[in-house]
Amino acid sequence: MKKIVLVVLLIFPLAMHALDQNFYIAFATRVLIYAMAAASLNLVLGYGGMVSFGHAAFFGAGAYTVGILSFEGVRNLWITWPAAVAVAALAALVIGAISLRTRGVYFIMITLAFAQMMYYVFVSMKSYGGDDGLSLPGRSSGLGIDLRNEYAWYYLVLFLLIAVLYLLRRLLASRFGRVIEAIRENEARATAIGYPVYRYQLLCFVISGAIAGLAGALIANQTSYVGPALLHWIQSGTLMIMVILGGVGRFWGGPVGAVVLLTLEEIFSGSPLLGPYSLHWQLPVGVILLAVVLYAPRGIAGAFAKKGR
Amino acid sequence: MLSLKKVGKRFGGVVAVDGVDLDVAQGEVHALIGPNGAGKTTLIGLIAGTMPSDQGEIVFRNDYLTHAKPHARVAAGLARSYQVTSIFRRFSVLDNLALAVQARSGSSFSFWKPVAQESALFDEARAIAAEVDLTARLSAPGNELSHGEQRALEVGLALATRPKLVLLDEPMAGMGPEESQRMIALIKRIRAQVTVLLVEHDMDAVFRLADRISVMLNGRLIATGAPIEIRNNPEVKKAYLGDELAA
Repeated sequence: MKKIVLVVLLIFPLAMHALDQNFYIAFATRVLIYAMAAASLNLVLGYGGMVSFGHAAFFGAGAYTVGILSFEGVRNLWITWPAAVAVAALAALVIGAISLRTRGVYFIMITLAFAQMMYYVFVSMKSYGGDDGLSLPGRSSGLGIDLRNEYAWYYLVLFLLIAVLYLLRRLLASRFGRVIEAIRENEARATAIGYPVYRYQLLCFVISGAIAGLAGALIANQTSYVGPALLHWIQSGTLMIMVILGGVGRFWGGPVGAVVLLTLEEIFSGSPLLGPYSLHWQLPVGVILLAVVLYAPRGIAGAFAKKGR
Repeated sequence: MLSLKKVGKRFGGVVAVDGVDLDVAQGEVHALIGPNGAGKTTLIGLIAGTMPSDQGEIVFRNDYLTHAKPHARVAAGLARSYQVTSIFRRFSVLDNLALAVQARSGSSFSFWKPVAQESALFDEARAIAAEVDLTARLSAPGNELSHGEQRALEVGLALATRPKLVLLDEPMAGMGPEESQRMIALIKRIRAQVTVLLVEHDMDAVFRLADRISVMLNGRLIATGAPIEIRNNPEVKKAYLGDELAA
């Protein structure tokens, strides 16, 4: 199954080119970027049991780091992308260090509050576009290839997504990953057998934020634009919906959710299917989301998994 | 080995533990008994550090643990089991125990090497499983175990951290007579390696296992002594044992 998906992803741009549907290459690239962001959220939400409702903060922080740096003339990706990851990780460290002192609904609310604070910070930064956001002069440089080429860009994003998923796979099977899941299962017990729970959760939160930051750096390049909407709570909600749709705590949950949600959005918001009603594309998507939650509570990836966990 | 001096804890206006002095000697099984609400479980929480104490001091093998975090106390050799079963319900028995072994063998801030390749962890987890009679259930997830098996795993998790002193909070809670006998046999086996502070309501078990018994009432320790002394202590009889021992 994995191999088939990989082959499809590898030949996708060529097939689209052959079919003269180049638009879908950019669409697929966007899906891959969101797959990475959703996978990073699934690490804290699904595996760590930390229901972060402010994940867009890290996504947006990464995007704005690339945006601002390239506005200031720094466009080399060997500088801007690591910077985006570092800024997002730092934001996650600060927000996590405070938020992780709370639990349950308070944690949800405080992460949401922090993300909204960051949203308003960027809205008020007039020199960097404020409300209107910031247009980037172009994609990052530094690889020796022109990333404005949609094929090169697609394959770079695909490579990074695979690298991130491999890293997550290793992480979850490692000692650290076992501890993270154990804390989700039973925090009191994890403490009682000798784990400093707070440190593990905070590190997990930071790793997740850093990956979201990388995804943010990619989305800034994808659209050559960064705006405060990237940090808005609706963005956090969208990422969360992707994870729930795909499967909370299922390895493929994030990517599957991103593919399904963005594809549904693409189908229903295009006019052929719904005609003049396509403005209200959220309605059919909502109905499908409801159906998944009701009939496949483990998500789409969960429903297709061979054995239950 | 473990020494409490004037340890206290209050919840609002309620004094749950009131200036308790308690000494547990190395190698003994020390039982802590008392009626419901006497503060026994709270005291276990204070010793394990899962609940901060308001006053007094806790010394364990010459370390002042009064303000130590729970994980530091586990590292010092103190482990607890819970009155209400607290296991990793979706993990298998083997994974439960391996996780506890992992906690005190090397750093768990390791992100790359798969745990599954660390056979030493799982070998030791199997040895613990054998100790608590769960060898036949290694691959069963926690939530599919019988009550008695879950209680055995509960004790196994505490033992897997290789403690010097284990705090067992009502290990026989909710057990039938046969399961209780098995637990008594288990505690008899482990006492060769580890000191035990045992909270238990089953008086038959307490008198069969304990070298010394401390009695708690309304947050205070009213007596400590050998089982025979406790049995004949008029204050204890009046306060707690009453009818049960009059027979």
